[in-house]
Amino acid sequence: MSRTAVADAPVDRAAPPVSTLRQPRLPRWAPLGLAAVAAVLGIGIGLVGGLDSRLQWGLIAAVLYLGLTAVLASTVEGTRQAKDRLATSVIWVCFLLAVVPLASLLWETLVRGAKVLDGYFLTHSMSGVITLEPGGGIYHALIGTLEQVGLATLIAAPLGLLTAVYLVEYGTGRLAKAITFFVDVMTGIPSIVAGLFILSFWIIILDFGYSGFAGAMALAILMMPIVVRSTEEMLKLVPNELREASLALGVPKWKTIIKVVLPTAVGGITTGIMLAVARIAGESAPILLLVFGSAEINNNPFDGAQSSLPYFIYEQWALGNEASYDRAWAAALVLIAFVMILNLVARGIARWKAPKH
Amino acid sequence: MAKRIDVSGLSAYYGSFRAIDDISMTVEPRSVTAFIGPSGCGKSTFLRTLNRMHEVTNGGRVEGKVMLDDEDLYGPGVDPVSVRRTVGMVFQRPNPFPTMSIYENVAAGLRLNGDHRKKDLDEIVERSLKGANLWNEVKDRLNRPGSGLSGGQQQRLCIARAIAVEPQVLLMDEPCSALDPISTLAIEDLIGELKSRFTIVIVTHNMQQAARVSDRTAFFNLAEVGAPGKLVEIDDTERIFSNPTVQATEDYISGRFG
Amino acid sequence: MATETPPATAASAKGATRKGDRIFLGLSRGSGITLLAIMAAIAVFLTWRAALAIGADEANFLTSFEWDANADPPRFGIAVLAFGTVVSSVLAMVLAVPVAVGIALFISHYAPRKLAAPLGYVIDLLAAVPSIVYGLWGALFLVPHLTGLYTWMDTYLGWTGLFTYHGGAARSLFTVGILLAIMILPIVTNVSREVFRQSPKMQEEAALALGATRWEVIRMSVLPFGRSGVISASMLGLGRALGETMAVATVLSPSFLIKASLLEPGGGTFAQNIAAGFKEAGSTGRDALIASGLVLFVITLLVNGAARLIIARRKEYSGANA
Repeated sequence: MSRTAVADAPVDRAAPPVSTLRQPRLPRWAPLGLAAVAAVLGIGIGLVGGLDSRLQWGLIAAVLYLGLTAVLASTVEGTRQAKDRLATSVIWVCFLLAVVPLASLLWETLVRGAKVLDGYFLTHSMSGVITLEPGGGIYHALIGTLEQVGLATLIAAPLGLLTAVYLVEYGTGRLAKAITFFVDVMTGIPSIVAGLFILSFWIIILDFGYSGFAGAMALAILMMPIVVRSTEEMLKLVPNELREASLALGVPKWKTIIKVVLPTAVGGITTGIMLAVARIAGESAPILLLVFGSAEINNNPFDGAQSSLPYFIYEQWALGNEASYDRAWAAALVLIAFVMILNLVARGIARWKAPKH
Repeated sequence: MAKRIDVSGLSAYYGSFRAIDDISMTVEPRSVTAFIGPSGCGKSTFLRTLNRMHEVTNGGRVEGKVMLDDEDLYGPGVDPVSVRRTVGMVFQRPNPFPTMSIYENVAAGLRLNGDHRKKDLDEIVERSLKGANLWNEVKDRLNRPGSGLSGGQQQRLCIARAIAVEPQVLLMDEPCSALDPISTLAIEDLIGELKSRFTIVIVTHNMQQAARVSDRTAFFNLAEVGAPGKLVEIDDTERIFSNPTVQATEDYISGRFG
Repeated sequence: MATETPPATAASAKGATRKGDRIFLGLSRGSGITLLAIMAAIAVFLTWRAALAIGADEANFLTSFEWDANADPPRFGIAVLAFGTVVSSVLAMVLAVPVAVGIALFISHYAPRKLAAPLGYVIDLLAAVPSIVYGLWGALFLVPHLTGLYTWMDTYLGWTGLFTYHGGAARSLFTVGILLAIMILPIVTNVSREVFRQSPKMQEEAALALGATRWEVIRMSVLPFGRSGVISASMLGLGRALGETMAVATVLSPSFLIKASLLEPGGGTFAQNIAAGFKEAGSTGRDALIASGLVLFVITLLVNGAARLIIARRKEYSGANA
């Protein structure tokens, strides 16, 4: 080891003067003050310049805010502090920039959707409604969504769950590796491609007609990898000691899985399946290709065209008149509420079941 | 270079929980002061108030005064960033930046200030690594990642990184607790050398270590679990270990509790 | 079965449990194989129909700007669709990723603690909003609000040729890019936030103790740690954007032309073209759409594959430093 360290320390080196801990700082209210100044300037420029879009006012204000912060901070506080302040401001601006459209989306849906949303809207179909005029409802679409999503879940949940069981409890060889890989691939399939596959296979080649079931199969393809992934994660969380304890009691493996492993993970698995349901409930592309859409109530998902909530929104938007826009917004509100409730309940289950692990 | 620390009436909180209560002490320049005491007595918290790292923790808050020569660290207008440049810190577990090379790790603090020329940097890096007794071991692989070193070497790299910015005070929070005995010895030797340049404060769980390296020792204790930690006494290390004034100190040192 | 204790039946019970094991293993393995079979079927059927369509195509499938798949003889090519898909998705990624990284940092390092948890939650929920709702909002709210911005861009950036705009509804590839950016923002934010949250506290404290400002801490210890995570999050977002159908179909005013200006209406994407052209398509027309879908599938596969590769590399990397 070097023993020269101490002797090496010369006194005359150009150490930075660190005599003071105080640095000139902008006052605490500076960011808020600057933001206010920038906002006023932005609005002023917008009004004087005759810019009609509020969006531009906001963007101008944001740019002004960043500029003012940078200039003021670097003159008063020095470059390092200025960079820090600028980074903080940029991050706040990013946040606000993102909040505006997302909040607007929720707000518009809520306000415009509430206009025609009532009991009548939920319990009547579009059958016989003149699309240019108000009236009609989403009953047929609700039925369609529930049946299609239900069927998809019936197909995808058992398949996905058992696949995950295979991967976690049995799989070690090449088959398991191949399945893992292709589950990953499947996760990335665009929904329209899943729709095209069922179209080519079920409708073009096997020559079945458009039906809710055809749509459900496409939805199942989209749902399966999500279920496999989430179930896999949950099963991996089950401690090995539990499995060994059960096996050591002479319980056969399949019973261990059914009686010990799956019940331990049931909360997480349910959450995963519900999130997957929420995800596919909003899919419209495969429905467009395979279910075809209908204004009438069709309770039979295996025969004939149906509608669904997302499809209904698309259809009403495409009609392009005020009455249909209102219906589209209302249906969007119902769809968002449906998806959000599923999400909240799913997360509720996850939280409620979590401490038991 | 080194400065005196004068603490008066210092209390530190986590949210509404008071972790340490009303501590006053003086830490002499160019000396090693050791903090000992049972787990949870607030010695690490107290150490972290000395370079304003405590307030980084969620809900961390401090009352009282910490004078560094004649400046209060908690005075109005004091910039915590400048405080931390002046009061360096070495942590319990070695924490070199994993994405940086050995050289970059040592230069990290200097580069923050920008305008260092390559030649100056080279010189300071070499001097700091020599100061941390690490130069001979790493001079041929300065561009390799710091995370490739052994635990003891990593810790000395962290010390080199801390002294490269020429702080006035060096705080060490149980710097050897994650190390084997040989690496520990190397760090202890190093502390002995560094005290001629820096004011050093070290938290340790190892009483032999406190006895070996420190000039003064402060004993912290807490009345019960959940009560705030207090400073019981501070004195010359020799006195604390041979003839402490307070009974609790003697009990702790002789292994009767803690 | 659990109560079958007599030794006489023990052997048969053992046989039965073996049988149970076999059945259960068969079921779960069968599910896995079914999944593989579905993937194989997707590849086979799409390729088959696509091959039929491309065989009948009188134009160059890759380079032609036409789309007359229902004509006799059919002439169609994916050049316009490939261009539109790539441009709008890349644009979405370029717009969304910096903002998403900003929000992720905001949640993990800047927001007051009390705000951070609910914010993360809200972002989670926003990731679940169905794309058709984004589409509806995009068409009825965003499009009318962009004309002002586009006029302004035309005035000041028109000289580049990329941003000329002559009024009319803002139903262009650029609008699609903005909408897609808003749509992928939550997912990119979520993944990045997760990565930033895992950045080691020890290194952050080391940087702080050296006298680093908050931004310097982030630059020294958070960003280097999270870089590959952010890259894979971006790819994930890109994958979503590439395959998005309804939001593009509602916002874009399509045409089979490639225009220099991104602000002018026109162009198309794979998914949008399938959704728009499907109902009028005859049998060759449908096969042509399937062929274009296959191309989309391959592109998303490549992008997702790249993302996985980066994630896998990162795992090794962080393992080496643990």
